[in-house]
Amino acid sequence: MPARFMTAREAVALVPSGSTVMVGGFGLSGQPLSLLEALLETEVRDLTVISNNVGQQGKGLGKLLLDNRIKKAIGTYFTSNPDVSRYKREGKLEVELLPQGTFSEAIRLGGSGIPAFYTPTAAGTLLAEGKETRIFDGKEYVLERSLRADVALIKAYKADRYGNLVYYKTARNFNPLMAMAADLTIVEVDEVVEVGELDPEAIVTPHVFVDVVVQKEASS
Amino acid sequence: MDPRHYVAWRAAQELESGDIVNLGIGIPILVADYIPKDRQVFLQSENGILGVGPTPPTESQDPDLINASKLPISEQIGASYFDSSLSFAMMRGGHIHKTVIGTLQISQSGDIANWAVPGKDVLGVGGAMDLIVGARTVIVVSTHLTSDGKPKILPACTFPLTAKGEADVLITEYAVFRFIDNQMVLEELVDDLTLDQLKQITPAHYEISDHFRMVNRTEYLTNKQSMG
Repeated sequence: MPARFMTAREAVALVPSGSTVMVGGFGLSGQPLSLLEALLETEVRDLTVISNNVGQQGKGLGKLLLDNRIKKAIGTYFTSNPDVSRYKREGKLEVELLPQGTFSEAIRLGGSGIPAFYTPTAAGTLLAEGKETRIFDGKEYVLERSLRADVALIKAYKADRYGNLVYYKTARNFNPLMAMAADLTIVEVDEVVEVGELDPEAIVTPHVFVDVVVQKEASS
Repeated sequence: MDPRHYVAWRAAQELESGDIVNLGIGIPILVADYIPKDRQVFLQSENGILGVGPTPPTESQDPDLINASKLPISEQIGASYFDSSLSFAMMRGGHIHKTVIGTLQISQSGDIANWAVPGKDVLGVGGAMDLIVGARTVIVVSTHLTSDGKPKILPACTFPLTAKGEADVLITEYAVFRFIDNQMVLEELVDDLTLDQLKQITPAHYEISDHFRMVNRTEYLTNKQSMG
């Protein structure tokens, strides 16, 4: 079924309190900032956020953190947002760290029907403590669980009317993976074009992975 | 002389034409500026680009065209973009020839500790573990000592490990070591130091290579001048 088109406010009303939400972006690049602004205007709280970073200090997801909407963050690099460290110390935020390659693969496989996988990354380190390991061909691998979410909030460059997506430069990052790995995928796009205007060979995310498209309002 | 720039220049000399290379955060990112002009090196950044070009002038910087250090970059002709899982498949799959990466500590058997300091909040690992495990050759770049004069090149790391036995080359502002069968071997020493002086600031055990050479910084300083 082709995607539905909504305003940001209508779309974020589909995000329940207590849910697990994947949010695209490497820092702020490729983060769906309009959707996050709209989410801030709802009453949603107790979110478990799966995102590479918690935005930046006071920006993107960083704003939701400061408004005490996030109870747990799963990601790879929170060092660049000092609020994360403070919230963790104050016991207001639970943090789970994964190596970035494990994190991205866990999301890809979460969307591909594979519940766990072996990776050589982190073998023999703190991040493998308590995890099963196994030797393949003489080398140690760590068993990692795949990741899924209730909702994915992602950012793409253009969508057509079916919800096929193309991305823009390094803003692509985790977005196509998260589109696959949630029960409900909401995408914010800069531009909507007619069906047929995107080259089928260039489409990165086919509309099968997209539920809701929100066109970003002209600079709010 | 800024030791970080000397280290970056020396690391750049390790790169060969045709190499696919990932540069980590810190000193490694400086390496891009020192790649010899006659070598065609393809830079990959784990946030999803192969074919990183030089830093663009302020007026043409794009917040959605950045490297893994979140700094503005440009795209080279022939560049491509991809998602994060494909990016790390390139690493784990052994398709990246070389990674240049910084460190907090390194051991004589090639263990690398570069992501966590005991007693401090551990809040970021990023792509370091995947890069070190995945790249075919791991070039570790570092100042020889910490900023308060403590050794970083140790018999064993005391900080949490990023990866075990993965270092292939270690470059500091004084020396170049290679790891051969998990043994550390001194290959090059800058003539500011004697071998004895190097020993005093390097608690790790190392052998001296049959190809050992003393070098001076003339080549680097000449290169620096020609770059203006």
